[in-house]
Amino acid sequence: MIEFIWLAPALPLAGAVVLLLGGRPLQRIAGWLASFLVGVAFVVSLLALIDLLGFGARERTVALRLFDWISVGRFHAPMELRVDPLSMVMALTVTGVSFLIHVYSVGYMEADARFSRYFAYLNLFVFSMLTLVLANNFVVLYLGWELVGLCSYLLIAFWFERKAAADGGKKAFIVNRIGDFGFALGIFLIFAHFGSVEFSQVLDPFAEGARGATPALPVGTATAIALLLFAGAVGKSAQVPLHIWLPDAMEGPTPVSALIHAATMVTAGVYMVVRTHVLFEASEIALLVVAIVGVITAIYAATSALGQDDLKRVLAYSTISQLGFMFLAAGVGAYAVAIFHLVTHAFFKAAMFLSAGSVMHATHGEINLLRLGGLARRMRVTAAVFIVGGLALAGVPLFAGFFSKDQILTATYEAGRTGLWVVALVASFFTALYMARAALLTFFGPQRFEGEPHESPPVMTVPMVLLAVGAVLGGLLGLSATTGLVHGFLSPVVGEAGHEPVATGLPEFALVLVATAVALAGLGLGWLVYGSGLIDWAAVRVRLGVLQRALARGWYVDDVYGSVVVLPGKVTLAFLAYVFDQRVIDGAVNGLGSAFGRLAGTGRRVQTGLVRSYALVFLLGAVALLLFVVWRS
Amino acid sequence: MPTTFSWLTVIVFVPLAGAVVLFVAGLLSRRARDSVWRWGALTVSAAAFVISLAMLTAFETGRPGFQLVERASWVGLLNFRYTVGVDGISLFLVLLTTFLMPLAILASWKVERQVPAYMASMLVLETAMLGAFVALDLLLFFVFFEGLLFPMYLIIGAWGGERRVYAAVKFFLFTMAGSALLFVAILFLYFQAAAQLGFGTFDLVQLAQLDWSGEFEVTARWLFLAFFLAFAVKVPLFPLHTWLPDAHVEAPTAGSVILAGILLKVGAYGLIRFNLALFPEASLYFRTFVMVLAVIGIVYGAAVALIQVDVKRLVAYSSVSHLGFVVLGTFAGTVQGMSGGVLQMVNHGLSTGALFLLVGMLYERTHTRDLRRLGGLGRQTPVLAGFFLVVALSSLALPGLNGFVGEFLILAGTFVTNAGFAAVAAVGVILSAIYLLWAYQRMMHGSLPEEQAQHPDLSIREYVILVPVVVAIVWIGLFPKPFLDRIEPDAERHARIVEMEPAGVRAAGGE
Repeated sequence: MIEFIWLAPALPLAGAVVLLLGGRPLQRIAGWLASFLVGVAFVVSLLALIDLLGFGARERTVALRLFDWISVGRFHAPMELRVDPLSMVMALTVTGVSFLIHVYSVGYMEADARFSRYFAYLNLFVFSMLTLVLANNFVVLYLGWELVGLCSYLLIAFWFERKAAADGGKKAFIVNRIGDFGFALGIFLIFAHFGSVEFSQVLDPFAEGARGATPALPVGTATAIALLLFAGAVGKSAQVPLHIWLPDAMEGPTPVSALIHAATMVTAGVYMVVRTHVLFEASEIALLVVAIVGVITAIYAATSALGQDDLKRVLAYSTISQLGFMFLAAGVGAYAVAIFHLVTHAFFKAAMFLSAGSVMHATHGEINLLRLGGLARRMRVTAAVFIVGGLALAGVPLFAGFFSKDQILTATYEAGRTGLWVVALVASFFTALYMARAALLTFFGPQRFEGEPHESPPVMTVPMVLLAVGAVLGGLLGLSATTGLVHGFLSPVVGEAGHEPVATGLPEFALVLVATAVALAGLGLGWLVYGSGLIDWAAVRVRLGVLQRALARGWYVDDVYGSVVVLPGKVTLAFLAYVFDQRVIDGAVNGLGSAFGRLAGTGRRVQTGLVRSYALVFLLGAVALLLFVVWRS
Repeated sequence: MPTTFSWLTVIVFVPLAGAVVLFVAGLLSRRARDSVWRWGALTVSAAAFVISLAMLTAFETGRPGFQLVERASWVGLLNFRYTVGVDGISLFLVLLTTFLMPLAILASWKVERQVPAYMASMLVLETAMLGAFVALDLLLFFVFFEGLLFPMYLIIGAWGGERRVYAAVKFFLFTMAGSALLFVAILFLYFQAAAQLGFGTFDLVQLAQLDWSGEFEVTARWLFLAFFLAFAVKVPLFPLHTWLPDAHVEAPTAGSVILAGILLKVGAYGLIRFNLALFPEASLYFRTFVMVLAVIGIVYGAAVALIQVDVKRLVAYSSVSHLGFVVLGTFAGTVQGMSGGVLQMVNHGLSTGALFLLVGMLYERTHTRDLRRLGGLGRQTPVLAGFFLVVALSSLALPGLNGFVGEFLILAGTFVTNAGFAAVAAVGVILSAIYLLWAYQRMMHGSLPEEQAQHPDLSIREYVILVPVVVAIVWIGLFPKPFLDRIEPDAERHARIVEMEPAGVRAAGGE
């Protein structure tokens, strides 16, 4: 079935085209058609995986060339797909979660006037994301990369009548473009250095046990390439300092937030770093930058999440923070662990987002924590799904997130990055705290919401429950960083798990205990403040007003950009456009023109617009000149 | 196809001959005169397109050099010959011209004033543009090059907006200033040939053999500059661009489409065909200078576009930016840069042509191009908005659409030799996303201002105009191979002229 893997992206693409061109007549079946196609894409990926497992562990890389795309001179970027353990893990995660969220959307978007267009965009997204993860060269990767950005734009701005939605979509696209600027330069540098943009020429020669000579890669070049590529990852995966678009992306429909802005698209940066890890490995600096950006983002976003009153924005900052954890893992060389956390996060964060969507569905769009409360009594399934997802996120033992996050912390410690390990522990304390706050304020305590919320229909709750099951059992896929199923499967691509530990002060068992204690402490404090009734959290909130506002605005990063970049930029542009271009340049050129005109004694006529006479003069002059030279020769 | 068939002559002169026939037909049927001219011009331009498609089958892929060459002595005394031919550089510019003209004529269906004169101008213009792209004799080229001016001047000056006379005169004077120098330079070449070869000639291939070493090195540089100025005005390169926004704002829709879509390419084409081919040493000498102007134009044009409120001015400045990419790629000295540059000429013709078509359609509905007064059209005219988005995405070089293929090749090809230029130019890619999405949001998103009535979505005529362009945009985006394969051999030939030794050789050379 591997040779049919192209069907996985092709079917959703066909769905998108049909739904966009078909329009209203397809309105009724759009949702199920789109879901069905993504379901088939999942099955296709699964069959390809089964085929792949039939190969020996070292032979599990298959290239499938579809057609020549861009090819000039030595520059070859064929439309080529790559089936290997890494791309299959990604494809299954993407299609699996996408399928569930498509089905959920059938219920959630039921009343929307642009129902079929919604599913067209959603299908287009699945196509783009699969192109991204299946790409076998940097240009096709870039194709998928920018197309998922387009889908993100279209879906954030789906309700474009609202200014906030239109602004959010535009901001997402532009901020991503800034990151992609670096990504593109990285690709150019790869081409300049390797003379190729194909993974088979650039990445594979560095793999363990590769045949042939390893190309030379000086540290300076490796650092430049890796950091440029990483700039793209920072934009796409909303890392500091390009994280500002993701909270605003919450203006899109909630299933979109779950799919694109939590489970799949935003993890593309992590995937890219893991995919190209051989280039990062060649530069210690690059890896360290990845780890540091990751951990800064993790703590920055975890604290910011604590200050959000909008449940979706809590989850958005939580996503940013969790992506930071994934980059931390990649930065300390634990690539399989990064991908494993990517997978478990896809389950539990999607579950939480869909649960938040279910809340909005029940409360007619109310999503402010301060105006919710007590919903657990009315919406048992929704509450249960959210809490299960939250416990996985917090890292409570035996839930999926426990295994993956614990492996990240352990890997960080064992890589000798004790400082980063401490910061990551603090971030995971805040993770448990904001998670407890969000769950308790939404589902417990008195109901602060007017109306009769009701549980969502099965078309929504069934996908939620399935994702929650994944959030519980997902840990089985990777019980440990050395023996886990996912880790073992990925090892031919990302190298054997477990670089020799550098730091061995604490045994692994102690590390697990510390991590668990921190998570439980965060949950405990959250319960004490927001759930026990012993503390008046509203009063605390007022007392800590300055801090609360700083957290709510994400430490004012966006505001600083506004006053340092955007405003001066606008002033400069206004000067360029209205003074420099029209007065200086145009004035100079016009002045030069009329000076010549006067010199020729035709100035007045030119200015009266008598072009004909000018042309006549020119023609006569030309003829005279011609005669002159002919006569001279 | 027998090569004896005069493909190029037929294609070039079909529009002109059509205009003559229509003139007679118009005299015979006075009552239906306007319809005769409308339908007649459409038929004639469509016929030229069909013939040029057939010409494509006679073009041999993979062979560098001129093909389908025709020669005829014209003014024997001066050795002035009628010589035409195409190569990979000009082939798709011919097709772009014949492809856009029927669409531009369809877009002019609602022109009511002086229809015969208008349509005749369009057809004469088409002949002049096609002639400029296929002429291999410098004097012949100059005739066509100048022949462009009058019909374009008329279209802006007679069927344009409020300040049309100002804009038309400015357009005329700018280009005329360049032409004067160009003419002198061409004459100089004629006599240089007489001195070196023993006979005066305007033949491009023969003139390219001239030896400019030794005492003539400086002469060649002056001649380079004379040609450069004439073409840089047309491109337009910074800082000679200020006529363009004025011309675009005042021109009628079809005038803008042709101006941006085709006419600007005459400038960029001229730089490759004449500056590079005739003065190789001078081209290498001025290479950095030209690339710096191109990079400034890319960033400057995009930056100024960011703050425009008239959507036509916005698109005009975006052209300054995009044509900067073309010039950058063509002087990068790599086959990727040159191929990307040539393809990008076609891409820009399609996407910017379509943007002007769409702006015209918007204007016919809302009677304003002021972005501050537009809004909410995505709800009222979703199909129009959808087309606009696809074209805008093509213009901002989204992968999968045509603009990406050209810009990515240009930047990759430039990076290999001049990483710094490529890095600065790539800023233009960020800026294009900002100004286009900003403009799109202002027009299509939000809710409609109250004074705007209900607007109809696309008519069938408008579908007929837009669908072919979008098909081409997607086609080149996904399957550029048929284009690149035909461009590459000649692109390589020309790229070698400005090739830098030895930095770029390893990555950029052929297989």
